[in-house]
Amino acid sequence: MTPIDYARHMVELALRAGAEQCDVYVRAYDESEVTVRLGETEKLVEAGSKSLGLRVINGGRTAVCSTADLREESLARLAKETVELALISAPDEYAGLPSADDLARPGSDSLQLYDERLGSLTTDEKVRMAKACEAAAFGVDARITNSEGATVTTRSGEVALANSLGFAASYPATAIALMVEVMADDADGKKRNDYWFSSERSMHRLLAPEEVGRIAAKRALAQLGAAKVPTRQVPVVFEPMMAVRLLGDLAACATGGALYRGATFLAGRTGTALASPLVTIVDDPLEPGRGGSRPFDGEGVASRRTAVVEDGIFKAFLFDSYTARRMGSRTTGAAARGVESLPSPAPSNLILQPGSTPADEIVGSVKDGFFVTAVMGQGFNPSTGDFSRGAAGFWIQDGKLAFPVSEVNISGRLGDMLAGVDAVGDDLTWFGGMAAPTVRVGQMMVSGL
Amino acid sequence: MSDAPAAAKVALLERADRAARAHDRTITRVDASVGDELKYILVARSDGRVVGDVQPLIRMNVSALSERDGSRQVARSGGGGRLGLEYFERVTPEEMARDAARMAVLQQDAIEAPAGTLPVVLAAGDSGILLHEAVGHGLEADFNRKGTSNYSGRVGQPVASPLVTVIDDGTITDSRGSINVDDEGNATRRNTLIEGGVLRGYLQDEISARHFGIPSSGSGRRETFKHYIMPRMTNTLMLPGESTHDEIVRSVDRGIYCVAYAGGQVNISNGDFTFSVTEAYLIENGRITAPLRNVTLIGNGPDVLSKVSMVGNDYQLSDGRWTCGKNGQSVPVGVGMPTVLVSGMTVGGTKAG
Repeated sequence: MTPIDYARHMVELALRAGAEQCDVYVRAYDESEVTVRLGETEKLVEAGSKSLGLRVINGGRTAVCSTADLREESLARLAKETVELALISAPDEYAGLPSADDLARPGSDSLQLYDERLGSLTTDEKVRMAKACEAAAFGVDARITNSEGATVTTRSGEVALANSLGFAASYPATAIALMVEVMADDADGKKRNDYWFSSERSMHRLLAPEEVGRIAAKRALAQLGAAKVPTRQVPVVFEPMMAVRLLGDLAACATGGALYRGATFLAGRTGTALASPLVTIVDDPLEPGRGGSRPFDGEGVASRRTAVVEDGIFKAFLFDSYTARRMGSRTTGAAARGVESLPSPAPSNLILQPGSTPADEIVGSVKDGFFVTAVMGQGFNPSTGDFSRGAAGFWIQDGKLAFPVSEVNISGRLGDMLAGVDAVGDDLTWFGGMAAPTVRVGQMMVSGL
Repeated sequence: MSDAPAAAKVALLERADRAARAHDRTITRVDASVGDELKYILVARSDGRVVGDVQPLIRMNVSALSERDGSRQVARSGGGGRLGLEYFERVTPEEMARDAARMAVLQQDAIEAPAGTLPVVLAAGDSGILLHEAVGHGLEADFNRKGTSNYSGRVGQPVASPLVTVIDDGTITDSRGSINVDDEGNATRRNTLIEGGVLRGYLQDEISARHFGIPSSGSGRRETFKHYIMPRMTNTLMLPGESTHDEIVRSVDRGIYCVAYAGGQVNISNGDFTFSVTEAYLIENGRITAPLRNVTLIGNGPDVLSKVSMVGNDYQLSDGRWTCGKNGQSVPVGVGMPTVLVSGMTVGGTKAG
């Protein structure tokens, strides 16, 4: 049986076991991982898995159970157990499937989520890619002395969803990622390490292995001699990969889940000025071939583009059907789903739209400031927007990256940081399902000496 | 499905909900969860050894939201261990709930934290998570076998203040990080990592132990049978010293007192680490004063350990709430330590000076 057959069949079994409403999410994937370290193959993993999650909603009482054992007797038992579990869960008037009107219509999707070449990539080819990547990193400079290895991971398979409203659909998807981390020896026995990666759905978009290796090596070397700087408030420039991290923090505040829990500083801010007019952020699952692209969400709701922030105005939260009903709104098709869990709203592809300023001008116009290339830790509080994270990067003097900086902290409030954005670069860069250009925040506290 | 009846667990959640709301009228939302598992493992090795173990684990989390004049503050509490529902004879859901509510309300009055380098007092118990991040990971033998840790090749050398002794102990009764045997079938034990400031050894699994030509330290762990084995921590502790808690706090003119943490991260290669502090206070003239908001600690493992200038006699094991992630695998761990003074550490606050 194919994943969609399993999904349909499981819906029938659940209905027969007494489910009033139900949906079934099936994931079937072949995954592989190859790691090469110091030129030798260190790790080879290949795994295939099929798993299925059933959600039953009876009288507003919801239960989710999952299994990787897809034999008929196991599925029948799962149906019975899930219906029983629903009996003892607390009723919730907002629980339920999405409205039939919101469900995706079967049709052509041109999202380019599947690359046939990935399925036929041999282990030898993956090892060769990883070796080429690591070797290129060592080739940059003799001061690169060690490596955490180069890793190629691939995934190829299918996602299927069916529900008791008659919806049943599936889509195939692939993913490939290449990553390397290398290090150089610094004074005092410290090591300076950095990594680079490329993560795509298809081979043709993946950066060349040698390019990934060279970028990682150059980033590690650039941190040699990094020092703390005195504590002060200065302009802070986020390179695209770091601007993407800010997007991730905003995403944690901009979902219906955070909203109904009262755990977001964005509550009550819809329609108000949140950010500088330079800032526009969209969630777009229909962007072809990106990490978060999908024809329908984890509840079968049709994918659509949602403007989260437009010209600085906070426009919308991301909702799945439950959080939308709870907040008197309508699903935006943002349900993320795993086989073991309830759907919950999360971004698909989150994009900070590029501006018109060339990235080097953003640094060029700073007299004294901090250019961030790494952040550490979980120092973000969605309910207040308080942001405080360890950071490393470069000190900017007279418009130039003057020297490397490490072991400092940057802090502020996300609302103030977004409002304080005074430059947005033209260098939009994608990292899996997120994209951002270089961004400058007018003032932030940099703590160090 | 677990062994404990679901209805009994639902009752625990309802008790937590009531207690948090009763604690303060600004508490408008409570999220509570309780999870328990009973894990049976069997390790069969090609050398003929067959070892089994039964590993119970319970964990409760409570988060409370305080809303006052449009200001929202969420705080979390939790605990657990290698037990079933009898855990709640030691710590009640009410205690956990009141702790979460207390911290949420406290945050409403918290002031901006100072930014810069200051003396930092780490409270007994939960502060052990700093030890786990700042030191423990760098002492896992896989990084040292590969020469990628900042502790590589430094066994026998001083790596900390002479006041510092660090242990990883998988045998503590009922603690979240404890296991009778590791996932390679070796009995866990009490491993001395740093003794009087001197590095004594690494946490070894079989592969790394073979590389170093010594026995495994019983530190080989995997999340499930699907995962590969790595050297991991169990319960990571700093042993007590001579000072009292009050002596330590009194010795600080102006500094920070850190009690509870949200989580952290370490760069194994250079030792830099960072921590978000969810309960912290200013110390002024030797006294703990105002609660602080948005505090982050950033430091370098060996540097911070060399600046440990007082160690308390008040060792505490943290109630089991920590899960350690490494290369995508999560395992439950425990931490513990006495009150400790670090003479200078960078505090990532928002207020100048």
